[in-house]
Amino acid sequence: MSRPPVSSTPGVTGPRAAEAKSLDRRDRAWWFDFGARAAVFVGGMSAILFIAAIFVFIGTQGLDFAIHRLSWSEFLFGTHWEPTVEPPRYGALPLIAGTAWITVVAMLVSAPLAFGAAVYVAEFARGKQREWLKIFIELLAAIPSVVWGVIGLHVMKPIIQHVFDVQIGLNVLNAGVILGLMAAPIITTIAEDALKAVPDTYREAAEAMGATRWQVIYRVVLPHARPGLSAAVLLGIGRAFGETIAVLMASGHRLMIPHSVFDSAATITATIAAELGEAAKGSDHYQVLFVLGLLLFLITFVINLTADWIVRGGRRRA
Amino acid sequence: MVTDPVIPPLLEVRDLSIHYGDKAALSGVSFDIRQHEIFGIIGPANAGKTSFLRAINRMDDFVPGMRVGGQICFAGRDVATVRNLYALRRRIGVVFPLPVGLPLSIYDNVALSPRLRGVRRRAELDQIVERCLTRAALWDEVKDRLTSLGSLLSGGQQQRLTIARALSQEPDLLLLDEFSIAVDPVTTMRIEEVLKELRNELTIVLVTNLVQQARRLADRTAFFLGGRCVELDATEALFSNATQQQTIDYLGGRFG
Ligand SMILES: Nc1ncnc2c1ncn2[C@@H]1O[C@H](COP(=O)(O)OP(=O)(O)OP(=O)(O)O)[C@@H](O)[C@H]1O
Ligand SMILES: [Mg+2]
Repeated sequence: MSRPPVSSTPGVTGPRAAEAKSLDRRDRAWWFDFGARAAVFVGGMSAILFIAAIFVFIGTQGLDFAIHRLSWSEFLFGTHWEPTVEPPRYGALPLIAGTAWITVVAMLVSAPLAFGAAVYVAEFARGKQREWLKIFIELLAAIPSVVWGVIGLHVMKPIIQHVFDVQIGLNVLNAGVILGLMAAPIITTIAEDALKAVPDTYREAAEAMGATRWQVIYRVVLPHARPGLSAAVLLGIGRAFGETIAVLMASGHRLMIPHSVFDSAATITATIAAELGEAAKGSDHYQVLFVLGLLLFLITFVINLTADWIVRGGRRRA
Repeated sequence: MVTDPVIPPLLEVRDLSIHYGDKAALSGVSFDIRQHEIFGIIGPANAGKTSFLRAINRMDDFVPGMRVGGQICFAGRDVATVRNLYALRRRIGVVFPLPVGLPLSIYDNVALSPRLRGVRRRAELDQIVERCLTRAALWDEVKDRLTSLGSLLSGGQQQRLTIARALSQEPDLLLLDEFSIAVDPVTTMRIEEVLKELRNELTIVLVTNLVQQARRLADRTAFFLGGRCVELDATEALFSNATQQQTIDYLGGRFG
């Protein structure tokens, strides 16, 4: 097939050439756009820089010990965390298990609560009521964690002892419930944003067919908002996972693997907080706490990547 | 219609193909669009008409997975390689089938584009807003409520607001994709009259599902089907003696 050549030939003059040139002239708006893009690029990249810097800091603090003296198999699978006795034992499994238990309980508590609240606020609450609810939820998110710790110590503890008739009130259940309550407002706020971002035309189209409110929410709104909801849970997990002081107060901080929600437990974060102050700078004990920090860092990283993968999978199917 | 060979075409399309992922939406399309003509495009759903318009002002940049092959030249310049994409888009006005009243006042909707290109004087803006709204046959209905939100107008009004906004760019090329889809017939007729007049100032590509609208307005009309340009001719020639059987069937209402 022969086709006529495009008529633009170099050297053409006249109004048309001027016109074509204006498409290549970079005006002020173009340069401003260029500059703005460069600026936000730097902003975005700085995140990577900070992460890398923190990683390097944590890594180098524990590097000498991690390479030369730490037994990784004992660290990951050893069941005794006894850094101050002779000989010291650095088995982090109780801390890993404690963190996992408490995080799971926290999610079981917060996810239903938060999603319920988010759906109510986004889909049902109207006008003033909605405004007030949102204010309260944000207030809830702003309560300092030490206050939650005190609630764990003095409110949750007797309740658990009484209701479940157990000896120990500071345990996985206590810490999990406290963390769950702490994470719930954050999950609610983000989940509510995700629900509100679903265009009203979708709701109208479905409701016009006679779908009930619940059917609309379940079949149209939630699937559309799924990536946002996953992100909400992810941030909630991050909150529960990284929380330190409240969990230190409510968990009982017992350095052993918990076997039920009524056992006391210790988390990675609480252990670092509790022991870093008394470990001599540069000692093995000091360094192993940084290795713990590195472990925390890596787990968070894996959780984030997994969630990201889930979110992207959802988009592909959508 | 006789074309003056001295005036080069505004748009030159060469072997254009458009893919979404692996799926072809358009292939092997080549033709010129002349200055100051109304170029009609008709064809059933899925013909690739909207995809074609998207490619012209590089809207494919927004759509992940959309790939454009071949060449489109605007005023002699390959749109794929223009160094100032925004300058290109400012010269091309687009109206898509679903009206988009931006969440600004009616006035600001229409004044947005002039402001973007640096018009500051209130009197000048007022003049542009009035002229564009009048041309879009909306002025009389909104002149007393220019400060209310554009997104709260009725569907048909928002559509005309969208048209007014496209005109406020003072484009060289206006791409209309089923612009009358939400507009009542009387208003449609008024806008059609304006489009005929606008031919003196600019070039229009008119995608329409109403074949009679193409017949009323277009100087030349192309018939798209399944991602190909089946036939292209002066509008009257196409309507009265199309050469391709598919065109005859479509115009006769036998499919699509
Ligand atoms: N964003 C997109 N992603 C994937 N495929 C798309 C996208 N937009 C269009 N397509 C596909 O490209 C093909 C042509 O679509 P296009 O919108 O260009 O048709 P059309 O001629 O404008 O139809 P209609 O008259 O219904 O508006 C269709 O098969 C469609 O599924
Ligand atoms: Mg279309």
